[in-house]
Amino acid sequence: MNIIKTQPKSITTDSTKYCPGCGHGIILRLIGEVVDELGIRERMILTAPVGCAVVLYDYIFCDVVECAHGRAPAVGTAIKRVHPDKFVLIYQGDGDLAAIGMAEIIHAANRGENMSVIFVNNATYGMTGGQMAPTTLIGQKTTTSPSGRTVKGMGKPIRVCELLATLEETKYLERTSINSVRNINKTKAAIRKVFQNQLNGIGFSMVEVLSMCPVGWKVPPIEAVQFIEEQMLNYFPLGVYKDTE
Amino acid sequence: MAENNDTGSDTKRVLMKGNEAVGEAAIKAGCLCYFAYPITPQTETPEYLAKRMEQENLIFLQAESEVAAINMVFGASAAGARVMTSSSSPGISLKQEGISYIAGGELPCVIINVVRGGPGLGNIEAAQADYFQSTRGGGHGDYRCIVLAPNSVQECYDMVMNAFDLADFYRVPVIIQSDGIIGQLVEPFDMHPYKPMFEKLPPKTWALTGCAGRKPNVVRTLYLNPANGLEMHNRKLEERYKKIHSELRWSETYNCDDADIIVIAYGATSRIAKSAIKKHNTNGVKVGLFRLKTLWPWPDVELVEIAKKNKDVKFLVIEMSMGQMLEDVQLSLMDVVPKKDILFYGMGGGWNPTPDGVYEKISEIINK
Repeated sequence: MNIIKTQPKSITTDSTKYCPGCGHGIILRLIGEVVDELGIRERMILTAPVGCAVVLYDYIFCDVVECAHGRAPAVGTAIKRVHPDKFVLIYQGDGDLAAIGMAEIIHAANRGENMSVIFVNNATYGMTGGQMAPTTLIGQKTTTSPSGRTVKGMGKPIRVCELLATLEETKYLERTSINSVRNINKTKAAIRKVFQNQLNGIGFSMVEVLSMCPVGWKVPPIEAVQFIEEQMLNYFPLGVYKDTE
Repeated sequence: MAENNDTGSDTKRVLMKGNEAVGEAAIKAGCLCYFAYPITPQTETPEYLAKRMEQENLIFLQAESEVAAINMVFGASAAGARVMTSSSSPGISLKQEGISYIAGGELPCVIINVVRGGPGLGNIEAAQADYFQSTRGGGHGDYRCIVLAPNSVQECYDMVMNAFDLADFYRVPVIIQSDGIIGQLVEPFDMHPYKPMFEKLPPKTWALTGCAGRKPNVVRTLYLNPANGLEMHNRKLEERYKKIHSELRWSETYNCDDADIIVIAYGATSRIAKSAIKKHNTNGVKVGLFRLKTLWPWPDVELVEIAKKNKDVKFLVIEMSMGQMLEDVQLSLMDVVPKKDILFYGMGGGWNPTPDGVYEKISEIINK
């Protein structure tokens, strides 16, 4: 028997507390694979967000700091300034990065901090049970937009890659998705790119990953994948939004 | 900064603002990073450090907000660096979220609060109305910060050095509670080299440096598991706070022996009070001063001792607030002094008492 894949060495668990059908587990595995391939586990400092990924330190075998809601880019900025030779990974969700922490991410990006950011966009607040996020689609029903999000009074979903692309010091911005094997492979390549950029001293690099939250969306896992394909991809087009190399 | 009187030794007699002395002390104490946001009346500190930290090749960053600044402090401290921020009252309110995380994460740092009038924007004059905020934790949860209260530029300089040592020794945030008068005050002081308080500080084995050759370190404040995890964490913190209370109560007395009236004050107010006390002493009136140098831990043991020694003594609490430290005085003395013998003279609105005003107030008490 040929072993094609094993659990990444930097991943410490074979099970997570993520819900069935959740996208975080897939992204976690991709991070583990890239960390192993680049051999950076022992020089990595990871910022865990507030939200479902708060206990990342239970899953990844590296130094971790658990940040206040939205503040990871500020925390990471300081860590990278103190240890410029270390690898700093910022992992944030959409409520964390695009709502309460919008100021921190914009200014970290604008300063061109040499950090790698993984931004998980699942169009909702997962951990608190599926409330409206800044990325919630128009018409999408959540517990705090029970009749569906409307433009009037709630505004339109924020496209973070497009927004950050206006800042000249951002070096690499890409939006990917994990709704299919093909897109999962592309996501891994994007993660590798934003990691490699930091190691090469290129500067602020981020990958936005469209991800499933079946429990928050209150649909079965298969329909969550369909929601990305049929709804999210229309509003959040995949692609590279900035590549200054 | 004007320099004079170079003694030829390592110590120089220099003329500086309190806000500048704070910055120079931080550099000498080995502060690697400073993160802050402009606000009156503390802006001289970031301005001073912007220049000096560049000269010394240290890390200066003007943050996008007070919230970001304190979270940068959190990050730098977690990474093992000596780190400081400074602000004034409204900015300190914004920092409370981060201070709670720093306390919960058992991280050391130094926070300067050059207190101004409140609530809200208040004004930009000196005040002492952040006493509750500083001494009760300030943010959410069960925690304390060590609070040092300088009343001169010399003490601004010395206490910042002490603050870094105390923060590292106990792994708690240390606040320097200055005010708009002390921060803006220009006076000569001895600029000496860094004098460590402890022979040896505990190594920062918990710091995030990448886990090469060791198990990963995690800096966290969330305790979901086990069920009593947070309870155990809070008990551990409580033990530490008890230890700090037993080891670190700083106060000083002036003419308290045989005094009929003892004024209790800290910071700028203590110097104003001392002028009035000296004038009364010249006239043969027995008035003394009990000055706090730590606002937390509060020197309750020392005050009770004085109250027991001086029979029928009256206490006069003077604050640039409507009566915040007053409550700690009442709590400390509840078993030894009748409440009616604890009097209060306070100024609200970010305005300071004058020596004449304090003199009159003392006279009133004597003539009653």
